[in-house]
Amino acid sequence: MKISGAQAVVESLLKENVEVVFGYPGGRIMEVYDRLHASPIRHVLSRHEQGAVHAADGYARATGRPGVVFATSGPGATNLVTGLANAYMDSVPLVAFTGQVSTGLIGTDAFQEADITGITIPITKHNYLVKEVRDLPRLIREAFHIATTGRPGPVLVDLPSDVTSAKVDYLYPESVDLPGYKPTYTGHPRQIDQAAQALLHAKRPVLLVGGGVQGAEAAAEARRLMDLLRLPVVSTLMGLGVIPGTDPLFLGMVGMHGTVAANYAVTECDLLFAVGVRFDDRVTGKVAAFAPHARVVHIDVDPAEIGKNVGADIPIVGDAARVLAVLNARLEELLAGRHHRGEALPPERDSWRSQVAEWKARYPLTYRQKEGGALKPQFVIEQINDLTRGEAIICTEVGQNQMWTAQYYKFLHPRTLLSSGGLGTMGYGFPAAIGAQIGCPDRIVFDIAGDGSFQMNIQELATAVANRLPVKVAILNNEFLGMVRQWQALFYNHRYSATCLRGNPDFVKLAEAYGAVGLRAERPEEVRPVLEQALAVTDRPCVIDFRVEREEDVLPMVPPAQPINKMLGGGEGQ
Amino acid sequence: MKHTISVLVNNHPGVLARVAGLFSRRGFNIDSLAVGETEDPAYSRMTIVVRADDRQLEQVTKQLFKLIDVLKVTDLTREDAVSRELVLLKVFVADAAKRTEVLQIVDIFRAKVVDVAENSLMVEITGDEGKVEGLIQLLRPYGIREMVRTGRISLTRAVKGKGNGR
Repeated sequence: MKISGAQAVVESLLKENVEVVFGYPGGRIMEVYDRLHASPIRHVLSRHEQGAVHAADGYARATGRPGVVFATSGPGATNLVTGLANAYMDSVPLVAFTGQVSTGLIGTDAFQEADITGITIPITKHNYLVKEVRDLPRLIREAFHIATTGRPGPVLVDLPSDVTSAKVDYLYPESVDLPGYKPTYTGHPRQIDQAAQALLHAKRPVLLVGGGVQGAEAAAEARRLMDLLRLPVVSTLMGLGVIPGTDPLFLGMVGMHGTVAANYAVTECDLLFAVGVRFDDRVTGKVAAFAPHARVVHIDVDPAEIGKNVGADIPIVGDAARVLAVLNARLEELLAGRHHRGEALPPERDSWRSQVAEWKARYPLTYRQKEGGALKPQFVIEQINDLTRGEAIICTEVGQNQMWTAQYYKFLHPRTLLSSGGLGTMGYGFPAAIGAQIGCPDRIVFDIAGDGSFQMNIQELATAVANRLPVKVAILNNEFLGMVRQWQALFYNHRYSATCLRGNPDFVKLAEAYGAVGLRAERPEEVRPVLEQALAVTDRPCVIDFRVEREEDVLPMVPPAQPINKMLGGGEGQ
Repeated sequence: MKHTISVLVNNHPGVLARVAGLFSRRGFNIDSLAVGETEDPAYSRMTIVVRADDRQLEQVTKQLFKLIDVLKVTDLTREDAVSRELVLLKVFVADAAKRTEVLQIVDIFRAKVVDVAENSLMVEITGDEGKVEGLIQLLRPYGIREMVRTGRISLTRAVKGKGNGR
């Protein structure tokens, strides 16, 4: 049966069980939009292509299914760039379809022409410029396969308008044949055995979990590993939620704004058991002083991550869930054998556990909310945590709002913190919350925002209103670009260059103008009632303007390129 | 240290950009890059000379291998391989005496004169790095006016196994 390229796109999406597409139409993708209109697939119209791609990203992170985004050629496509880079850095499965000028016009600087495949080579896992309509079904099949397997990531498919209007004998391939793409899922058995032995013999082991554990749906296996050996656990930003934030063995986030206990534990451990992490500089601080006494076990599905930033003594390439399942089974076997022979684990492990527990008790995260005093942003997050019982999906923007959320919200489940970890994209959180709410209509979804970040994609209020999404936006409004201001205070002698956000709108009136609910809290005692009001809204977004202490700092803080156990405002270094 | 890596890739448009872009993006320096079709027109082979220590080389190799269009990456530095480069250069010859000297040097290196002009000769040389550099060093004092190099191409010596040797 011959159908148009555009119809082939829609048929392929149906074959991939795509239920929603985020996007923004334009001239060169109209053919596809016309066919989409006639299909059962839901389309969510954003107000800017960046909003659409972040929403697709938030949908993917919250649900584990690939996000799909449409944009037209030229500016539509270039507006996806930040969102693609963001998804690439955080290994989020996305498939982006862009319109393109017709093949005969490519290279002529035609109206709304941009070389989007050229532009996105470094920020996509792979991309395609489809030149022949007969290749289209196969390339879409490959795009979804590449985006969702191995280390997930964004794939872009560029669709010239003559390709989408041409006719094709449609047949969606059952399988893909990509000789250059064979991800390794099963870890090497000998390496896994070595890792098990290292875990049993270590005196001061620490488990470090990252975003790869979420992506591989390996949280249950990570928890099982923690429980089997009663291992102290630390997490990267992207790993929060893998281990419940309330677990006594959980020490919190490691790195620049990590907890004292987590940073001390990594610095003092003799075995760092790292799963699905890439040792970002925000995690390691000064690499030479990172985990200086530790043997490192590093499990990752991407071989290029192993040894990239931190050397691995026992590298294991594989899918976190499969590797941990084999490892846990092996550990149970070894533990049973030891138990049978009356062999105990090294006695130092008990004192190590007491040591980390003591750090955790002695150096908690602290702030002081004075009664009647200025509202503390940390207090707002604790109240959100309390009212949602740690069960909400929390998106963040980037900066202080993000770090306070990581510190003070006690994530209980995987895929509940959606945050731009690698790229650090301000403006990510709100559209991501829209995507998450569409993917998870029964969940409470918050965007914890700063007044700066929220304004980077504030136009998406219209999208949220149009789709009757009860997303809550909690603006920690300090009228500053808070994190930059904090660095200026600490490292630039309080010269606040271009960080004061004069001219902010009245966020309550603005929300109302869009047809959303706008609320405001200025004093600590107003926080809870206002949040309760917000939680009662179920048919439209709600924006809450929390007027917080203007010059509150995120602490503790490891100054850039310093060892992570040397923290400002935390531990013995303060 | 200099490494010669051989990269087998899909013979698709844009693959060169993907590979070259990866080197610049990850901060690896390419000394030379030569590319052309293989015995099977579906694939191209790139010979890339890169300056890198062992750790960087491991990263280069792994990052290259992540590209969907890359099928195979081999470090030929550690293999028994034959390497060649082709160079064309124009050398200045002021008078008949100089011309004779240059012709003798060219002859000793088993290079070829491929074009003759009033006061210059165009020389073609093929060989490994030592030979090519040796000739260039000897001709430099006469004045090399223009030079173009293909960059190194390399192939391992023995065909492993039977068949088409991929």
